[in-house]
This record gives sequence, structure tokens and C-alpha cells, in this order.
Amino acid sequence: MIGAAVDPDDPVAAVQSAKSRASANWLMRYGKWLIIGPPMLYLLVFFLIPFAFALKISFADTAVRVPPFTDILTIGPDWHIHLTLSLSNFKYLFTDEIYGLSYIYSIRTAFFSTLVCLALGYPMAYAIARTSKATQSILLLIIILPFWTSFLLRVYALEGIIRETGLLNSGLLWLGIIHKPLQIMHTTLAVYLGIIYSYLPFMVLPLFATLEKLDHSLLEAAADLGSPPWRTFLDVTLPLSMPGIIAGSMLVFIPAVGEFVIPTLLGGPDNLMIGRVLWDEFFGNRDWPVASAVAVAFLILLVGPIALYQHYSTKQLEA
Amino acid sequence: MQDRPSPLLISILCIGIAILYIPILVLIGYSFNASALVSVWGGFSTTWYTQLLHNDQVLDAAWLSLEIGVVVSTGAVILGTLAAISLVRFKIFRGRLLLTGMVNAPLVMPEIITGITQLLLFISMLHVVGWPHRGFTTIAIAHVAFCTAYVTVTVQSRLQSADRSLEEAAMDLGSGPVRAFVDTTLPIIAPALASGWLLSFTLSLDDLVISSFVSGPGASTLPMVIFSKVKLGVTPDVNALASLVICLVGVCVLIAGYLMRRSERQRLLDAQMAER
Repeated sequence: MIGAAVDPDDPVAAVQSAKSRASANWLMRYGKWLIIGPPMLYLLVFFLIPFAFALKISFADTAVRVPPFTDILTIGPDWHIHLTLSLSNFKYLFTDEIYGLSYIYSIRTAFFSTLVCLALGYPMAYAIARTSKATQSILLLIIILPFWTSFLLRVYALEGIIRETGLLNSGLLWLGIIHKPLQIMHTTLAVYLGIIYSYLPFMVLPLFATLEKLDHSLLEAAADLGSPPWRTFLDVTLPLSMPGIIAGSMLVFIPAVGEFVIPTLLGGPDNLMIGRVLWDEFFGNRDWPVASAVAVAFLILLVGPIALYQHYSTKQLEA
Repeated sequence: MQDRPSPLLISILCIGIAILYIPILVLIGYSFNASALVSVWGGFSTTWYTQLLHNDQVLDAAWLSLEIGVVVSTGAVILGTLAAISLVRFKIFRGRLLLTGMVNAPLVMPEIITGITQLLLFISMLHVVGWPHRGFTTIAIAHVAFCTAYVTVTVQSRLQSADRSLEEAAMDLGSGPVRAFVDTTLPIIAPALASGWLLSFTLSLDDLVISSFVSGPGASTLPMVIFSKVKLGVTPDVNALASLVICLVGVCVLIAGYLMRRSERQRLLDAQMAER
């Protein structure tokens, strides 16, 4: 591949090419680890291995010391290594119903928010995919801009709209549609609104990526064969955009399950999502082993959705 | 796919965009409100902005966040580019699946889990090797991990579409592989590196949850200060602060988008020239 264009009668070029090929081979064999190594090591140590620590600490007991938990590996006076695994944290998750309830509540909230995002995001992505290339890039930028803006600030901005004296209530009062302000803040509705508002761009972008690649001739073929537009949509467009639907849904669902900022700022005391429980366990109760156990159990629930996302996003990238 | 979208689709698109933008625009509008009551319009004023300049807590936090942002995005661009080269250029290597997983997982992993696990690592490391102390260092290390993932994805897609023939030609002319890459492919992917840097900067600047976990006493980033203020209630100076951060992030994203778009156009132009 590398020396293909070299004239075989030119000795200088042949030698040079052989040299570069040799060094390319060397780079391919050993040098590539200089490139793969740093990001691999970094992510191993600072992203993957931390999960092992959480797993380890979830089997420890609370203790009054620094750090505030017992060692699960101890070396006895006879040089025997003792492994003490305490399952009490996981048992505790089952005995205190707040954990189970908050898991179910988080999953339910994330699920319905994802559905609304899909219902709103699909037509948006579809409309963008059907405009001209120039309009597309402008519309995409409009969608991307809030995608990168922090949730904290956007949730705070949303609060300015939906609070009792906010724009929505003042507007409705002024129009005479309502006679006293609606209580939206600190309700379940506010949590839903917050999640949908924050995560909508995460749904639109992957959907657009698949819808844009859709082969238009398939739609024309379907139309030529007498299929009405809604049938063409159900039979051709929808199945072909499935990777985008799944990638987008997972991109909304997974982080929404673990959402902390939105239920804390917009929700009321009964909107106990798992992220909030985890935060309180950690910062409020300072019970690190139980917090780790909550995190581990939470992660186990998420393995399926994350694997699904990985599968479809790599497929989309390689397509 | 080009076919005029129906009026229904266009109106849904407009509603969606309105939902995304109205709260932000209202927030920016109210940051210029002279009245201390957040819901009453008392005329145009920049009082809250000048007040921010005299707030040491906010200034310290902003400075800390900017410093962390610069360090983090530089580190993330280096690691992310290496990861992208690994994934695009080396089709088969041991641990490829692992690297792919570790690059994609931070994009969807709930921040609260990443934060808690990283904190536990830092605590154990400090206990065993006496490093790192919680604060600037730990926040920067934690941010680099998830920003690397975003840079990798950005650079990866650019690298995949980059034409390799130039690099092969350079190697045929006697350049070593590293030199050939630096001379030919690096300039092509440079806009992706620049936008990766800017996007990492905004991600780092915006992060609340991970920073809150891994930070130590005395190191409060800007989002941490904003969060504690917001929890106490809506105050007009938070409006001004939030507007400033949103504008800064917006400018970074616009520049990043512009760079990517220009390089994409250049690539299409080159492809057309090559075909002729």
C-alpha cells in the first residue's frame, strides 16, 4: 500500500521507500502503543478503576476514621490476608423502602420524559433533515447551542418562566385565562418540564444524523408503488431511523434517571429521584458505604441501556 | 432528503426551538432589570453586572473555573486526539473494545455516578500515595476524563473522512509516518481539535455535579457558587452571572461550529477539485 507508486527502476526512491516502510512497520508494531497508551491508561485509571473502588467500598462497613469506612482487605498478624465482605449495605437497600421507591420513581420519570422528547424531537429532526443543506447547518447550530449550555443555568432559566410570579403565570393572568397563579414549581410536572426542556437537544441530534442519511429513492419507490405517505413513513422511514431513535432515547433516558439538579431545584420534597438520594446519602448522612452500594445497584440497572446505546452509536459512526 | 417539509412539521420545529430559547432570552432580559424584585420590571440597568465585579466570592470562583477550563481542555485535546487516531487508524489492537467503551461510556454515564466513583478513587489514592489533594487537581483530573470522550468523538468523525492519500504520498517521498501525519493530516483535522478544545472548555466551565463531589474545602467553581445561590432563591445578581456564563459558552460553541463548518466546506471543495 505504501510503496505502490514507486518506480522500480529508480534505486534512490526504492531505498527511501523501503526505509519509510520499515519505520512504518516499526511504528505499526510498537510505536502505536505510544499513541494508544496515554488515553487508554488515563481512562482506565480515572474512569474505569474508580468503579472498582465504589464496588469495594460498597462491601465495607462505616467506621469513624479517615476515610470513613473499614478496609475489606486486612493483613493479620500471621500474614494471612483476610477478606471481609459486608453485605449489610445491599441488605439495607432492600429493607429501607426509600431506595426501591426512588429507583422506580426515577425510571418512571425518565421513561415518560424520554417518550415526550421523542414525540417532540422526531418531527423536529425530520423537518431539519428535509430543509436545504445551508438551512440545515443553521438549524443544527440553533439546536446544538443549548446542548452545550449547562443544565444548571438552563434549569434556572426555566424556573424564571414557571414560578408563581414567572412569565407563564403573569401571561395567563393577564390574558384572563386563569384567575390565580398555577402552582407548577415544586411539583412533579415541573420535574417533567425540566427534563424535557433540558434533554430535547440530545434527542434531536442523533435522530437528525440518521434521518439525514435516509435514502430518498426508497421513499420515491414506495410512492411510485402507490404507498400513501403515512404508509411510507411507517414502512420505510420509521424502521430505517430506528438506530437514531434508540441512540437518542438512551441519550435522554440514562442521564435523566440519574438527574440531580432538576429534581433538586424544580421538584418538591416528594420528587425523590435516585440522584438526589445518592447526593443526600453522601453529603448529608456521610454514609459512604451505603452511597457506594446505591451507586453500584444503580449502575447494574443501567448496564443494559448503556450497552444498547454503545451498540447503536458505534453502528451509526461506522455507517 | 430534500423535499419541502410540511407546514405542520415546520410549526413543530418552531415550537421546539421556541421552547429551547424563550427561557434563556427571558433570563438575559431580566438580568438588565433595575428592580430588585425579580418579577417586576423596573427599567433598564446594568447594576447587577457592576455588583458582580465587587463580589469576591464570584470573582474567585470564576477565576478558578477559567483556570481549570484551560488546563482541562488542553489535556483533553491531547488525550482525545490520541484516542481518535488509535480508533480510526489502528483497526486491530488489544483492548480496542475496551477503549471504545471507555470513550463512549462517559457520554451517557450519569454525572452523579462518575463523580462519586472518582471521589472514592481520589480518597483512596490520597490515603495510600499521599496524592492528589482535593481541589484544583482533582477537579481537573475528573474533567479531563469526560472531556476526552467528547474530543475523541469530534476528532474521530473528522479523521474518518480525511483523505489518507496525501499522507501516503508524503511517506512515499521519504517522510517518516509521524512526520507525514503532522505535515498532511494534522492540518486537515486541526479545526476539529480547535472545536474539541472549545467544547471541552464549555463542558468544564459548566460542570456542577462532578466538581461538587471531587472538590475539597475552599475550592468552589463558578457553577458551585451559582448552585448554592440558586438554592437560596432567585436573586437578580444570579441572573446577571448566569447570562454572562451563557454568553461565554454561546460564543465558544459558535466559534467551534464555525470552524467545523468551514473545514467541512473546504473538504468538499478539495474533493471537487480532485475529481476534475
